[in-house]
Amino acid sequence: MANAIAFLTRTRGRNGRWDWTDWVSYGYLMFGVFIIFGPILWLMMSSFKTEADIYRYPPKFLPHVQETVMVDGYDDPLPLYSIVSGEHKGRTLAQLRRVGLVAQMIDPRNPDERLKVNISDREAIESVGFAFGNYTEVFERFTLLRYFYNSTFITLVTTAIALIANSMAAFALSKYQFRGRTAILMVVIGTLMIPQTVVLVPLFMVVRELGLVNNLWGVIIPSAATPTGVFLLRQYMLTIPDEILDAARMDKASEWKIFWRIILPLSAPAIAVLAILSIIWRWNDFLWPLIVLSENEQFTLQLALNSLQGESIIEWSYLLAMTVLTLLPVTVVFMFLQKYITTGIASTGGK
Amino acid sequence: MATVGLKSVRKSFGSAEVIKGIDLEIEHGEFCVFVGPSGCGKSTLLRMISGLEPITSGDVSIGGEVVNDIGAADRGLAMVFQSYALYPHMTVRQNLSFGLENINTPKPEIAGKVDEVSKMLQIGELLERRPKDLSGGQRQRVAIGRAVVREPRVFLFDEPLSNLDAELRVDMRGEIAALHKRLGNTMIYVTHDQVEAMTMADKIAVLRSGELEQFGTPLELFNRPDNLFVAGFIGSPRMNFIEGTINTDGGTSLSLTTEETVPLPSDGCEFGEGQTVTLGIRPNDLRPTDGGFMSMEVASVEQLGTDSYLYGSLKNGTAVTIHSPGQTSVSPGQTIEVGAGTDAMHLFDTASGKTLRRD
Repeated sequence: MANAIAFLTRTRGRNGRWDWTDWVSYGYLMFGVFIIFGPILWLMMSSFKTEADIYRYPPKFLPHVQETVMVDGYDDPLPLYSIVSGEHKGRTLAQLRRVGLVAQMIDPRNPDERLKVNISDREAIESVGFAFGNYTEVFERFTLLRYFYNSTFITLVTTAIALIANSMAAFALSKYQFRGRTAILMVVIGTLMIPQTVVLVPLFMVVRELGLVNNLWGVIIPSAATPTGVFLLRQYMLTIPDEILDAARMDKASEWKIFWRIILPLSAPAIAVLAILSIIWRWNDFLWPLIVLSENEQFTLQLALNSLQGESIIEWSYLLAMTVLTLLPVTVVFMFLQKYITTGIASTGGK
Repeated sequence: MATVGLKSVRKSFGSAEVIKGIDLEIEHGEFCVFVGPSGCGKSTLLRMISGLEPITSGDVSIGGEVVNDIGAADRGLAMVFQSYALYPHMTVRQNLSFGLENINTPKPEIAGKVDEVSKMLQIGELLERRPKDLSGGQRQRVAIGRAVVREPRVFLFDEPLSNLDAELRVDMRGEIAALHKRLGNTMIYVTHDQVEAMTMADKIAVLRSGELEQFGTPLELFNRPDNLFVAGFIGSPRMNFIEGTINTDGGTSLSLTTEETVPLPSDGCEFGEGQTVTLGIRPNDLRPTDGGFMSMEVASVEQLGTDSYLYGSLKNGTAVTIHSPGQTSVSPGQTIEVGAGTDAMHLFDTASGKTLRRD
């Protein structure tokens, strides 16, 4: 840990003095952190704000809640205000109701006397507080677990199919010599040049003919095999020496066994990368699920988020809370798998 | 019996023919070395015997049975690769047992064989390690162990020592030779190093650009090379070659291009008067002597204590090396007379490169 801190706080200047390059590089890095992390932090903070707090101008970074007080004779807690001018200046009053520019207020210590206060004479008493209610209500008001299940199912199944199909294609394209190999690879990579929007309509017609509209498989199957995945794995598999495969053939391993016992374990770093990418892509996928899935029961989290945006009303507090919940799983996956991106195990064993 | 036979074996990659019809018989229990410069097709030939490379035409037979259509795994061979080709993600034990698992050997039997082989090759304490944690020599042993554990009829080695440092190479050379003695299997060994070939082989096959130049015991190749290529390739330092023309005096002498005359051996060779020939003399047969038939200007002298090497050139600039035992008093810049006995002379036809020796 101490090593990590020493590493992260290295400077070019010695003995605690900062070189100008230190200022520039740290400044640049902090700017990058701000650009990338700022919006996410704002989103997280806003997801804990009440609806009123979100619309406040000027906005505040931390979520605030108005302090309230329980007064005898009233069932609900009453919001507290401090009076800054007028005849009641200096007192702390609770508001009963507001009529136009005038608020009816009472002193919590003397609840029987009703006071009339101009609303420009008072200021709300607030403190930093988190509105966890956004999160609990999201679970209560929407079938969030259903959406979560749909998203997870689509993501995991698509990723599993993608890894198996892509790695088998990559194995053939990298380790077998056959007529038309380059042509097939070109076709696979060529599909990268066709934008998804172009094939959207024909793809939808195929899915409809197969009766997969409003079915999770209608989302899974078209997005399972990706040219990027084939290309990524093929490039990695090219680095596995052919002699290892020859050795396995001499060891009487079948081609399937070579794939399963030799190629797959040795491609683990590339497969981990593809798994991370695939999970992120599928989890965040929006357009295609939006087209295929139209029933609320089949919605993914992304579609559910979209459905929170009504024509005239957007309930930002729920939307933001749900956005944070949607972000969490991919973030966790990335945290656990990212170390595989940089490690390689196939580099040794040869010479 | 594990004899290996090649009958007019050919291999083409597209229009490029890399193996141009090779006939070869390797007896059971022989240690046969394929040697040749890089790109001569020796590794390809080995891979064709192993079954990893399909042959274009001809027959490969093992134990008298043609195996052209039998897969690599079913030929009863084991191969040690140049890069060792150990499975990097498996421990040494898994590396050794992978082949046995694939032929459904029972687990206790696998364990027994692995233990036996690891004891024999002294890799017992490495069994739980992965290849990346082994040194070059240890990897080499594991690679050999992986071949031995399957009890093949024939072992194939594809330049197995080329990645080791010089000292280790000498050690492993001895170990592979000892292994051959102990197991008594047929072994085929590919190398570009003629010293390796000379020290290890029962039989050497010298290959050049896809053709078999000569096949025989190391001393046969050394003493009776069939052509200029074998003569130059086998033996270190290289044989000296001097061109000349047979004199019209009944074929008893040779005029060199240096305008010196050399007496020729009276029998054993067949040539015509006026024929252009190449005279070959090994460096250790050439001696500095007064009254020798050539004069040589010495350019440099290497004194190794027990041996000395003289490097220089003849009158016409042909480079010549002399290897003389003991120490020498010759110094660089000196011009000396050199000679050799007629029985140490090899004569080749310059045009075809073939020996003029009569067998």
